[in-house]
Amino acid sequence: MRDAASALRLHEGAVFQETDTAPHDATTLREVVPRKQEARTANGKAVQLNGLSKSFGNRRVLSKLDLAIPAGQLLAIVGRSGCGKSTLLRLIAGLDQPSAGTISIGDARVQSLQSNVRLLFQDARLLPWHRVLGNVGIARANGWRESAMAALADVGLADRANDWPAVLSGGQSQRVALARALVSRPGVLLLDEPFGALDALTRMEMHRLLERIWREHGFTTVLITHDVAEAVALADRVIVIRDGAIALDIPVDLPRPRREAADTSAVALQARILEEV
Amino acid sequence: MAHQTQLRNAGATALQIVASWALPIGIVVEWEIASRSGVISTRLLPAPSAVAAAFWENLRNGTLLTHAAISTERALKGLAIGGGIGFILGVLAGISRPAETVFDSSMQMLRNVPHLAMIPLVILWFGIGEEAKIFLVAVGTAFPIYLNTFHGIRTVDVRLIEMARVYGLGPLALFWRVILPGALPSILVGLRFSLGIMWLTLIVAETISASSGIGYMTMNAREFLQTDIVVLGIIVYALLGKLADALTRLIETRALAWHPAYQPAATREAVP
Repeated sequence: MRDAASALRLHEGAVFQETDTAPHDATTLREVVPRKQEARTANGKAVQLNGLSKSFGNRRVLSKLDLAIPAGQLLAIVGRSGCGKSTLLRLIAGLDQPSAGTISIGDARVQSLQSNVRLLFQDARLLPWHRVLGNVGIARANGWRESAMAALADVGLADRANDWPAVLSGGQSQRVALARALVSRPGVLLLDEPFGALDALTRMEMHRLLERIWREHGFTTVLITHDVAEAVALADRVIVIRDGAIALDIPVDLPRPRREAADTSAVALQARILEEV
Repeated sequence: MAHQTQLRNAGATALQIVASWALPIGIVVEWEIASRSGVISTRLLPAPSAVAAAFWENLRNGTLLTHAAISTERALKGLAIGGGIGFILGVLAGISRPAETVFDSSMQMLRNVPHLAMIPLVILWFGIGEEAKIFLVAVGTAFPIYLNTFHGIRTVDVRLIEMARVYGLGPLALFWRVILPGALPSILVGLRFSLGIMWLTLIVAETISASSGIGYMTMNAREFLQTDIVVLGIIVYALLGKLADALTRLIETRALAWHPAYQPAATREAVP
């Protein structure tokens, strides 16, 4: 069922690419999509959190959180800064250990860092002493040059493969970071406010890029943001975290591709979410 | 318009070069005049032309190169041993807290001992052979490299290390691809410090006891009042020091090519 639905989506996506391309990304979007269609293997992994708690000293950041994220869903987590959303992401990534509760990805329990989970940080965190290609293929797996090059082409930066990260703009750096996350074909992609530091125009480009790549690859996505408009523009489902617990869990049933704040239902959703934040 | 600016820039650069050389050339000319007119006794300080003549003479009969080669060999052996030990201890202390506890306070204490104060002890231990000189150079060069390696590793961006862990780098890959390149600018600063200390130590060691090397050449010349050879020895030391510094600069520009400070101005300006 899931496959049929995503195949349909993908088809819409292809139409969208041909008719409604943004001027900035026009060439890259068009050339990549058809090739990717057949390569796609819906490899998203379901994420299950059971009674998850995390405390730092006496301060309880998350308390008894239960959350099920179906495979392939794009979930946005919204909350004020310090509400525990970044902590939640670090727990899913296996960077920190929960104080109580369990996390499962697919069928396996998360004990430590996972090879099929990739995290995109707020800052791109590229290694300045490796060229762009070397950064994308950072794990140096077999045949990394080819897969890194393909991932770079996917984000539209194939021509920057031999540049130093120091000469890239903020948006380009984040696109390289995205390519680096895609190389290993992760089942789960975690995004920790990756577009927060970008200007509005670049951010919209990045939204389109992420939406397209997510539809091609089918990975489960958890996007952390404080921008409600961004959450509604991208996500299948938005949850609001307040005081370490889920305050709102709401589906975003708007047709894709979406445009930022295009219709009244999106605006109504945004207002509803903002009430809870 | 642009052509004019270019011309003006070229003119300014040429003027700068002339200005930076005016003082040393002026001094040499004054010195030559003072020597020829007898204001400065040639027994105290030889004329520059005499130094140049001695340089040519010693270069032709090969003594200069022989001595310079022996001095360079001692310097590099000492640097390899001392720098190697400093680097290894710096890496260990940098990446492991237990190793830091064991090494760091001792290294900080030893660092403050002027290593030339050990000369009497070193002569007792090794006599006046090669080992004594190499040992002194090794002791002198170990500390700057230790300190800067340690400091460089500790100041590697922890966010990059965290990223590397998320992307599945093992301990070895983490060291070679993240920690060492991140610490390299600092390590190279340590190397440049060490090179300065290396020549200084060698000069002192060779002046005290040696039967070859630039230091021996100058001390030997002193006994025969050959001031031109003494001054020549000083100049050779300066040249060797400058050469070593130029080599590290070359290493820096190659190894740190990724660093914005080492990139040509044109590519830097291209950043939006």
